[in-house]
Amino acid sequence: MTSGTPKTAGPAPNRSRRGGPRAGVLGSAGLYAATGLAALLFLVPFYLIVRNALSTDSEITGEEWAFFPSDIQWGNITEPFDDPTVDFARSLWNSAVVGTLHTVGTLLVCSLAGYGLARIPYRHADKVFYAVLGTLMVPTAVTFVPSFVLVSSLGWVDSYRGLIIPGLFSGFTCFLFRQYFLGFPRELEEAARVDGLGYWGAYWRVVVPNSLNFFAAIATITFISGWNSFLWPLVIGQDPSAWTVQVALSSYMTNQTVNFHLIFMATAISILPLVCVFLFLQRWLVQGIAQTGIKG
Amino acid sequence: MSTTTARGAARPAPAKGFPRPRRQLRASSTFNFWLFTGPFLIGLLIFVYVPILWSAWLSFFEARFTVTPSEFIGFENYRVMLTDERFVGSLVTFTVFAALIVPATWALSLALALAVNRLRFMRAFFRSVFFLPTAVSYVAASLVWKMSIFNGVRFGLANTVLGVFGVDDTAWLANPNPPWYWLVIVTVRLWLQAGFYMILFLAALQNIPRELYEAAAIDGARPGWQTFRYITLPQVRATSTAVILLLLVAAYQAFDEFFNLLSKTTWGRPPLVELYYKALGDNQDYGAGSAGALILTLLICLVTLLQGRFMGFGRGEDGR
Repeated sequence: MTSGTPKTAGPAPNRSRRGGPRAGVLGSAGLYAATGLAALLFLVPFYLIVRNALSTDSEITGEEWAFFPSDIQWGNITEPFDDPTVDFARSLWNSAVVGTLHTVGTLLVCSLAGYGLARIPYRHADKVFYAVLGTLMVPTAVTFVPSFVLVSSLGWVDSYRGLIIPGLFSGFTCFLFRQYFLGFPRELEEAARVDGLGYWGAYWRVVVPNSLNFFAAIATITFISGWNSFLWPLVIGQDPSAWTVQVALSSYMTNQTVNFHLIFMATAISILPLVCVFLFLQRWLVQGIAQTGIKG
Repeated sequence: MSTTTARGAARPAPAKGFPRPRRQLRASSTFNFWLFTGPFLIGLLIFVYVPILWSAWLSFFEARFTVTPSEFIGFENYRVMLTDERFVGSLVTFTVFAALIVPATWALSLALALAVNRLRFMRAFFRSVFFLPTAVSYVAASLVWKMSIFNGVRFGLANTVLGVFGVDDTAWLANPNPPWYWLVIVTVRLWLQAGFYMILFLAALQNIPRELYEAAAIDGARPGWQTFRYITLPQVRATSTAVILLLLVAAYQAFDEFFNLLSKTTWGRPPLVELYYKALGDNQDYGAGSAGALILTLLICLVTLLQGRFMGFGRGEDGR
């Protein structure tokens, strides 16, 4: 709290309107020093991943702490792919497939349901809505035992079906879509209805094309949580050929032989796609989260 | 004519219930409603409601290595779980974890939001830096924490830094006494999630009307603690409540970092890790595992309701 307590906590969104916080040179320098220090601490783990990934094992475990690797090992980059014990390339591919299909499926199923709940008049719609809300009270992770039992009795263990399908029905994402559609301007839909479109036509030709920003924000959040999820892939991916990249990473930690630079290179490769997504979509992702309020 | 019908059907109902359509529209509305929500509801039924009910059913049976049990044993599984030291211990572990991580994340994310909000230059840069860990998975972060920062030997970063001050190497994770592993567990999650909640607080801070601060200044409130205490804090109350609820639910579901940081140890197991070993470990005891999951679910519902009662969740204007 010390670093953040404002002298005058004005939300200065408008730069031209000075006034308000007159922190003075000293206060301002202190603010920047504290924030800068916090930022450095936040960056240390990223730095360690890159540093270790590009070092030799003897340098990582050496007596003397080397801040910068004395001899950068670019050759380390291919090593996770040559490792015979874990099929790292396969796990990346699995994650990409699962992440993509998970995102597409969730968007499709949850947005339709959210629209139906928000816009289509039906006598029992409120009861249906409560049935959806009720599932928010039960954290999905708590149901993993019976879900595993169900999925394994369907014969979906070690399959993309088992990895993807049970995760598509997120009450939370449906709820977010409903909230969004409640605020969607009605005039656009009414114009489509005048032109003779039904709900279905109006949805695809008017509502979706005008909601791409929101869809993209939810897609990004869904992809991130899909790519990063661990418990369900761990339970379902019993055979190494069905491992996602998170399960593969975890398996490195329990391996008998610890190969530091390989582990950190694999970690670097696993987070690189998402860090890129973050850096490119940053501003807009922040807006999406601020709008929806909550993570999916 | 069609315009008025559409308008009539689409007019928002102010307080309760849904707009009543004209009679001829009702049938088509009903069909469309199920067309849109049907796929989701079927999935919800199969993959959420059925597992919950199946779990409830299994919890009353002796179900080891089988999911089609025959021996009904009543509340025996519940008795077993509630007297199981490890399961009860896992609830204690969770309580300690929540007591540490919830206030820590709340304070840090609010502090970061206040700081970033006050910056004049490089605001976007700092926001990005704090937000970036959200992209990293718990598995990857646990790996860095366990193998690089809090490695028990000399080359771990923490021990190297402490070594400069003449402190002996600490076995951060390998020894529950003193419980240094909490420092590792809490900092990894703090790093991963503080930036995300900072964004929520930033949004809330930017919605505070500037006039409030000006009025306070006129009334003689000294900038600093006073304005923070009497203006900022009440104004972000709704967001705070939502954030705390989200943090609690997320803490209940803690699995990834505990599993990866402490997999081989018997201490520091939260409920989900305990249930994972119980139901999918050597014994594959689905009955007891299901009973544990239900006990946990009931606890979560209870805490959520209590929190709602005490903190007024849902009453705030932006406590979505």
